[in-house]
Amino acid sequence: MCAKPIKQDPRDKVGTTGHNWDGIEELNNPLPRWWLWSFYACIAFALVYSVLYPAWPLIHGATPGILGASTRADVAVEIKRFDDLNAPIKAKLVAADLTAIEKDDGLKSYAMEAGKSIFATNCAPCHGAGAAGVQGKGYPNLLDNDWLYGGSIDAIHTTITHGVRNTVDPDARNVGIVMPAWSDKATGAMADAATTKLNDEQVGQVVNYVLKISGQTADEAKATAGAQIFADNCAACHGADGKGNRDMGAPNLTDAIWLYGGSEATLTQTISYGRAGVMPTWGYAPQGSAPRLSEDQIRAVAVYVHSLGGGE
Amino acid sequence: MWDYAKLIMLASVGLLAAIAANYAHDLPYMVNAIEVAIAAAITFIYVLRQVGEDKTTDAGEYMDDVIRAGVIATAFWGVVGFLVGVVIAFQLAFPSLNLGNVTDGILNFGRLRPLHTSAVIFAFGGNALIMSSFYVVQRTSAARLWGGNLAWFVFWGWQLVIVLAASSYVLGGTEGKEYAEPVWYIDIWLTVVWVAYLAVFVGTLVKRREPHIYVANWFYLGMIVTVAMLHLVNNAAVPVSMLSSLSVSVYSGVQDAMVQWWYGHNAVGFFLTAGFLGMMYYFVPKQVERPVYSYKLSIIHFWALIFLYIWAGPHHLHYTALPDWASTLGMVFSVMLWMPSWGGMINGLMTLSGAWDKLRTDPVVRMMVIAIGFYGMSTFEGPVMSIKAVNSLSHYTDWTIGHVHSGALGWNGMITFSVLYFLTPRLWNREGLYSLKLVSWHFWLATIGIVLYAASMWVSGIMEGLMWREVDANGFLVNAFADTVAAKFPMYVVRGLGGVMYLTGGIIMVYNLWMTVNAQPQRAAAYAGVPAE
Repeated sequence: MCAKPIKQDPRDKVGTTGHNWDGIEELNNPLPRWWLWSFYACIAFALVYSVLYPAWPLIHGATPGILGASTRADVAVEIKRFDDLNAPIKAKLVAADLTAIEKDDGLKSYAMEAGKSIFATNCAPCHGAGAAGVQGKGYPNLLDNDWLYGGSIDAIHTTITHGVRNTVDPDARNVGIVMPAWSDKATGAMADAATTKLNDEQVGQVVNYVLKISGQTADEAKATAGAQIFADNCAACHGADGKGNRDMGAPNLTDAIWLYGGSEATLTQTISYGRAGVMPTWGYAPQGSAPRLSEDQIRAVAVYVHSLGGGE
Repeated sequence: MWDYAKLIMLASVGLLAAIAANYAHDLPYMVNAIEVAIAAAITFIYVLRQVGEDKTTDAGEYMDDVIRAGVIATAFWGVVGFLVGVVIAFQLAFPSLNLGNVTDGILNFGRLRPLHTSAVIFAFGGNALIMSSFYVVQRTSAARLWGGNLAWFVFWGWQLVIVLAASSYVLGGTEGKEYAEPVWYIDIWLTVVWVAYLAVFVGTLVKRREPHIYVANWFYLGMIVTVAMLHLVNNAAVPVSMLSSLSVSVYSGVQDAMVQWWYGHNAVGFFLTAGFLGMMYYFVPKQVERPVYSYKLSIIHFWALIFLYIWAGPHHLHYTALPDWASTLGMVFSVMLWMPSWGGMINGLMTLSGAWDKLRTDPVVRMMVIAIGFYGMSTFEGPVMSIKAVNSLSHYTDWTIGHVHSGALGWNGMITFSVLYFLTPRLWNREGLYSLKLVSWHFWLATIGIVLYAASMWVSGIMEGLMWREVDANGFLVNAFADTVAAKFPMYVVRGLGGVMYLTGGIIMVYNLWMTVNAQPQRAAAYAGVPAE
């Protein structure tokens, strides 16, 4: 465009308005035709669209539009389509015996697909997208074969349905059962749950005993002293051999799998101030509300979790 | 006498603020009260030292001191705002940069994000608008600013708003409304400053010596009046206590959302579009030394823009609790807005006809042209995104972020840079800019930075939208939210790099302006212009 010499000053062609502000003048060019017609076209589109779709507010409600369109109705139709599509297999899933689901190819493939999606939306925030839990934060790994409350399909189904130690579901696992705070410095409900008070030295001894039975380096003298304290206070839940007890979700202390961590510092923290992890209820709802997951969804996600590698 | 009244008032404000700080219910309130006390004390000392001095000014001279201060503030807050933007861009890519365990949440993304948006929109953009409007209204009215030192009150009052809001955000003070985060007492102070701004602007227009009001001033005035209305309506809230930063909005539910986005959309429409078009209408013809292309177009597109913009807010709430009819109206008004917006682009670009060769020789003109280009692009993208079917894919995704930034970085940023390059030699009476080569560097760094930003956000946004809506044959969602976050990582890094380039360009500009003032020879003859009365 620069190669073309400017033949005339555009001011000469149309002239200016005659105004001048600080040297700025204005040309009298008309509105560009394409601009004007595009503007009219947009206005025409707006008018037509507002006749076809809900648009003009009236005193009660608004004009519905001659197409009768409604975004809420569109969503309802979409949801109904899949509900109708899946209704037979959902019914079959709920009616089937839990252990039979995995043996039925049709049911299993549906449950796996549904379970994966339900897990990603509802479970992944705590247990991780890959279900590996969060190490050291108390969110259990679901891929190993170490289970707090059992890894059979029935046990998993119960845990998901009612959750753990939540204040909502009366059938939640471990209601009122916590790992107490054993330190004599601890106060509050967690400390009240302890049947005895341990001083710092005693806590150190139990810690060393737990280090020992979990196969880590421990102070022999302290561990020996700790054995008696363990037998008196801890064995009731964790068992005399420290292998845990699924009836009360007491973890096995002899494997290398830890919910909160197995280092000396973390064990001292756990024993001194206790632990009481919570999992929400997914299948219980108070009167007048719906549970967060329906029975077919819980079954699907139970099958999915069961299949992850650690299922019993 | 007036001095003594001022001293008494400043002393009372300082004292009350100190007392309020002592009884504050929360940390943001306490820190803000201390800041107000300090500001009052400094002003008190300043006024005290001036008592009895001769304060007469030459009415035949333009009031340019306050504009020089505005140029410095614009450049300073620009760099600060871009820097915070770069930090939060990398926080999204590398969450450990939130430093949550070190800073007790003060540097979390959630606190820094409003700091970034307020710094670039209200500190950088606001100072640019106030400063340039003071310059333009004086020149095109051939009159000194009305109200004596009221213009200085506007300048310092605005800086106080910025400091109060910024310190409040990082300590957790917020009203929780996007782009309207400042807490209730900052809102009140902002109103006072804004009304003073309106008074200075209108006062100057009233005493103008030109028969007509220039088009740039229509846009500035439209911006000032509408922003006042938006601010007052959206921030209507009842404070929990006179000693607390907390307040409760007078609206609730979907009405609250609608008021918020009526405000939010028009903050873009009037602050960032109308106001900056005011800049364009003065500085583009001045820099290219050509007449404005079409007077008729400027009138028609001004009134169409002002009338249509105000209704477009509901397009931010498609597919929400908002009724379908309101959603439709938001969409069709946005579509009708397309051509009125482009009217400004045409008038800006066509003003160059007969002077296109300047694109090769003058990097400042190049900057203006790319600004107008980005303006045209984002005002086309906006109506497209307001269409419900498009919005169902784009809403809540990074596409929106990319759209906002091609407008903000491309249009608002670039036009402001060109105005700073235009004003600095003139206001300090220097022989041209220190280095046109550095302007070219700034131009290319910023342009490539914007392209990286916008392109990565398009890719990321469309990918995200497609991943969110993907369902399998049985109707189950295929992706978890976390899957989309993980997939966006490369785009987040590219976006951050684009931001680094834009920030680097800003720093080069500050150096160039600094050297213009300090190393360029004094200009022998003053810049020609219409003298004030």
